[in-house]
Amino acid sequence: MSDTSLTLAEQESRRRRRQTRRFLLAPALLIILTISIMPLGITALYSFLTPGTYGGVIWEFTPDAYVQFLFERDIFDGTLQFNDSYLTIYMRSIGLAFGATIGALLIGFPTAYFIATKPREQRNFWLFLITLPFWTNLLIRTYAMLLILRDEGLINLSLMGVGVIDRPLSILYTDTAVFIGLIYTYLPFMVLPLYASLEKLDFRLVEAGYDLYANRFRVLRHIIAPIAKPGIIAGCILVFIPGLGAYITPALLGGGKKLMIGNMIAIQFGSSRNWPFGSAAALILMALVVIALLIYARSVSKGARAHG
Amino acid sequence: MADTPPLAAGATARATRRRIRSRDLKAMPGFKAAGWACIFALYLPLVVLVIFSFNDNRSVVKWTEFSLRWYEAAIENDGIRNAAWMSVKVALVATFFSTIAATMAALATTRTAAFRGQGLAYGIINQPLMIPEIVTAISTLSLFSLVKQLTGVTGVGYLMAAHTAFCIPFAYMPIRARLEDMTLTLEQAGADLYATPWQTFRHITLPLLMPGILAGAMLAFVVSLDDVIITLMVAGPGETTLPIYILGALRRGITPEINAVSTILVGVSVLLVLVLFLVQGKMKK
Repeated sequence: MSDTSLTLAEQESRRRRRQTRRFLLAPALLIILTISIMPLGITALYSFLTPGTYGGVIWEFTPDAYVQFLFERDIFDGTLQFNDSYLTIYMRSIGLAFGATIGALLIGFPTAYFIATKPREQRNFWLFLITLPFWTNLLIRTYAMLLILRDEGLINLSLMGVGVIDRPLSILYTDTAVFIGLIYTYLPFMVLPLYASLEKLDFRLVEAGYDLYANRFRVLRHIIAPIAKPGIIAGCILVFIPGLGAYITPALLGGGKKLMIGNMIAIQFGSSRNWPFGSAAALILMALVVIALLIYARSVSKGARAHG
Repeated sequence: MADTPPLAAGATARATRRRIRSRDLKAMPGFKAAGWACIFALYLPLVVLVIFSFNDNRSVVKWTEFSLRWYEAAIENDGIRNAAWMSVKVALVATFFSTIAATMAALATTRTAAFRGQGLAYGIINQPLMIPEIVTAISTLSLFSLVKQLTGVTGVGYLMAAHTAFCIPFAYMPIRARLEDMTLTLEQAGADLYATPWQTFRHITLPLLMPGILAGAMLAFVVSLDDVIITLMVAGPGETTLPIYILGALRRGITPEINAVSTILVGVSVLLVLVLFLVQGKMKK
């Protein structure tokens, strides 16, 4: 439709509406663009600079930060040697985040199903119970988990009280503790999208399955799981991405020995005073996140095609 | 089968019915237990923390007697008091600005025909949610150190600005949800009665939108109050918020005082979210 077909008054009112919209959007977009998106560009820039002695950067361009990620420069003859210590941290983080995602799915799916099959008027209350911990302080929740997992914490005391073990299990400051902590932290992120897709489940389909002599497992596997698939994928993404960049959980429950990517990046901006390397590490983390999101987008569009 | 006694036939029918009932369509073995276990596991650590904050004993392990001494100690501790005040100051400023920006943005992205760049606007507003917090934290630190170098301006304003940015998407969600639930009829009636757009907004849209704005502001406040990672990176000396104080204290060792402060902080968050939940429950009725 060309503008000439509109009256002048219509054009004027359209122009005014556009102006109002721009005015209304401006503050939010400006704040986020300058304080949240522009800094990513600066991080990308910093990753190619030289570290300053007391933190910060010196404006000399070098790809050293990325070289340092994989290689160690020999201090005597300057030759490069393969160094897998950073790669190990990334692999451990991916493994822990992935494990926590699977763990959260195994616990979250029955929970979401349990809530979705409750009478309608009770569901909001149960959802509230699931989301409430999310709004309490992450640091404090992790600290509370630390109190439970300690050698003299509730788990060990009750296990010893029952007589299952004689000596406390050392869970704290191990990968297991970080794994449990990650599941505990991000479980609400798994339950909510799962619930959203299970809530829409039409139980006539389940009934049809039973009528056709399917057992419970087959109904779950071939009817409920495919319907819940968008929720499963969304939940996994919502647990995996923050789990990958977790900082507090490994810092507290891993005791500073079992580092994850988040801690490694923070150290570069703190005691190690190597901002360029920290920036490069952050960008590599971002790349992993983008890959996860792309896999998500692909599986969503594939699902849409299968139904269309 | 034809000569089955009537009694036995009745028993078979009853057994069949029982089998059908026991195979309730929705039931899945163990799922109920898993649901309860999940809720139990989510709350158990917090309950233990809260209980031991009232324990009259230096050891954080054995229960001796009920006491409020750690709350007294926490309240008398200058470090904790200053940190709490700093937290509240930052959260109030961040809540104020982020709620205004989010309200304006929500008005622009709802009750309007789809416009070019709408998806982009959504993407930008929700961007702080999609990036790992540690990346946002160090990026913001890099930007602010650059600005500080160039301008020489320092102060708590940087921390407040950082909090405002990540609070916007949290404030935006409930406000937008509320706007999408509101019908346009009342506003159209206002316009029919020759109200100017501003009058319509001031006397019709804003009062109707108020619960959404309140919800958004509360979420922003809670999120700002709870932030650790971005504050840890961005806060300058003397800008210690309560979570940062707790983190520092935990590194020095676990004390019952920390349990008391943590309980207070959890209590504030729970209270705010509870109020929010009740208000929204009322709104729907």
